Amino acid sequence: MLIHTTFLVLDGAVLIEKLILIVLVITGSLVVAMYSTYAERKVAAFMQDRIGPDRAGPFGILQPLADGVKLFFKEEIVPTFSSKFLFILGPCLAMLTAMMVGAVIPWGDTIHVFGRNVSLQIADINIGILYIFGVVSLGVYGIMIGGWASNNKFSLLGAMRAASQIISYELAMGISIIALLMFTGTLSLNEMVNQQKDHWWNIFRQPLGFLIFLVCAFAETNRTPFDLPEAENELIGGYHSEYSSMKLGFYLFSEYINMFLSSAVMVTLFFGGYDIPFVNDAHLGQSIGVNWLALIEGAVLFAKICCFIFLFMWVRWTVPRFRYDQLMNLGWKVLLPLSLLNMLVTGALILLKQNHWHF
Amino acid sequence: MEPLTNRIEHVSRKQMSFWEKIYLPAVLKGMGITFRHMFKKPPTIKYPEKKRVFSPVFRGLQILNRDAEGRENCTACGLCAVACPAEAITMEAAERKAGEEHLYREEKYAAKYEINMLRCIFCGLCEEACPKDAVYLSETVAQANFARKGFIYGKEDLLIPHPLKDPEAFAKAKGSRIKHPEGHGNEH
Repeated sequence: MLIHTTFLVLDGAVLIEKLILIVLVITGSLVVAMYSTYAERKVAAFMQDRIGPDRAGPFGILQPLADGVKLFFKEEIVPTFSSKFLFILGPCLAMLTAMMVGAVIPWGDTIHVFGRNVSLQIADINIGILYIFGVVSLGVYGIMIGGWASNNKFSLLGAMRAASQIISYELAMGISIIALLMFTGTLSLNEMVNQQKDHWWNIFRQPLGFLIFLVCAFAETNRTPFDLPEAENELIGGYHSEYSSMKLGFYLFSEYINMFLSSAVMVTLFFGGYDIPFVNDAHLGQSIGVNWLALIEGAVLFAKICCFIFLFMWVRWTVPRFRYDQLMNLGWKVLLPLSLLNMLVTGALILLKQNHWHF
Repeated sequence: MEPLTNRIEHVSRKQMSFWEKIYLPAVLKGMGITFRHMFKKPPTIKYPEKKRVFSPVFRGLQILNRDAEGRENCTACGLCAVACPAEAITMEAAERKAGEEHLYREEKYAAKYEINMLRCIFCGLCEEACPKDAVYLSETVAQANFARKGFIYGKEDLLIPHPLKDPEAFAKAKGSRIKHPEGHGNEH
């Protein structure tokens, strides 16, 4: 009944345009994730005075394709002692939850095609951030289920580490976002970008909040220095040590998609989303047309995201892994109080401003 | 307790200071270092296209030498096999028949000459032991192989190309290591 009425409200064209947008976003994230693996290897190589992959195609551009083909043709081993259904479900869930974040991110302003205004956001839901938090916390299930189904002590340890790490850091992340929500007054990501277009970017209003969010994003995506769930030298790969072939590929891939989309979230929340810096977007749109504007905005957003992906890699190849007690200390004893403090200070300032107190 | 040696390193148990505890300054410093390394020229030599020149004292695979007319120098005296500390060399001698003077320089020659490259340690003692200027260590390395028997190099693998029929290959196989082709390689 509910579905029936929903379809009555949506007309066919909306369905088609959303479908096209979904396909574009998913292929986009897949391609970006693919080339992130290449970029990761290249960045690592440059930072270690090496050359990196340069054999497949010019400058090794085709390396990700070769890696993908290799993963597809590898023997697929399902351990006899594993529970098969969960073993296959694990990587599927990891991939699914990684992809789902892309649905609420505004990829650009509204464009005008075939006489219709098309929003470049799959779903402009008014609880965008809550949705992201929900999906990101679901992401731990992929890792947990995979580690549990492998029936291997190292996988289980990795999965347990992942679960406790993600839960610990989600708290600080959530509270750092609350401070942001208090003065933006909205949970919709599109609305947030619109606010940042006219005023300062949120990074200048919430520097501490951004720092906490950044550190937590590193922990949530299991990137170094918080990559304890897959610590190669102590857990032989952690939760994915029993995985092979494309199931392993899915896990590795979901990490890069997570990285891409959490960069997109950070850009949207703190760095003005698709806002073109130093330019009044509305004026530019009047002079060159809405569609060109959306294209430039998309490119700007992508450039910002690329900077963040580079930051992820830069940190990975600089900082060694934390010890587990250090990780927990940082999460509970440093980031959580800091984010609470940030929230209190922000709240106090908003209160002062609302009551027109000047000092 | 009295330390047994004077080599004890004292571990610092100092508490971390505030700046160390917040990690960020150290992280940023490290990131500065890695960023500077991005612009350094990598010292890599792209191997199959570019090859690094061997040093003049490099000791590679053995070759069995020929004289200027293309006759084999080896007389199967066995001194190299005796000198070999890894016992990698085996040979069988044979007598030169009439009409084979263009093949072998002296009356005796090696009908079979094998070096096991898995045993060989490339010490170069065979080269030093040879009185007939017949064994040299060249500037090539052993090819990879799937089977052990592929590493037992026979005469057909070791013999240098004919200097008159294929002078280029001869010069290449001989390399720059042999300073005095007529004398002994180590005479200076």
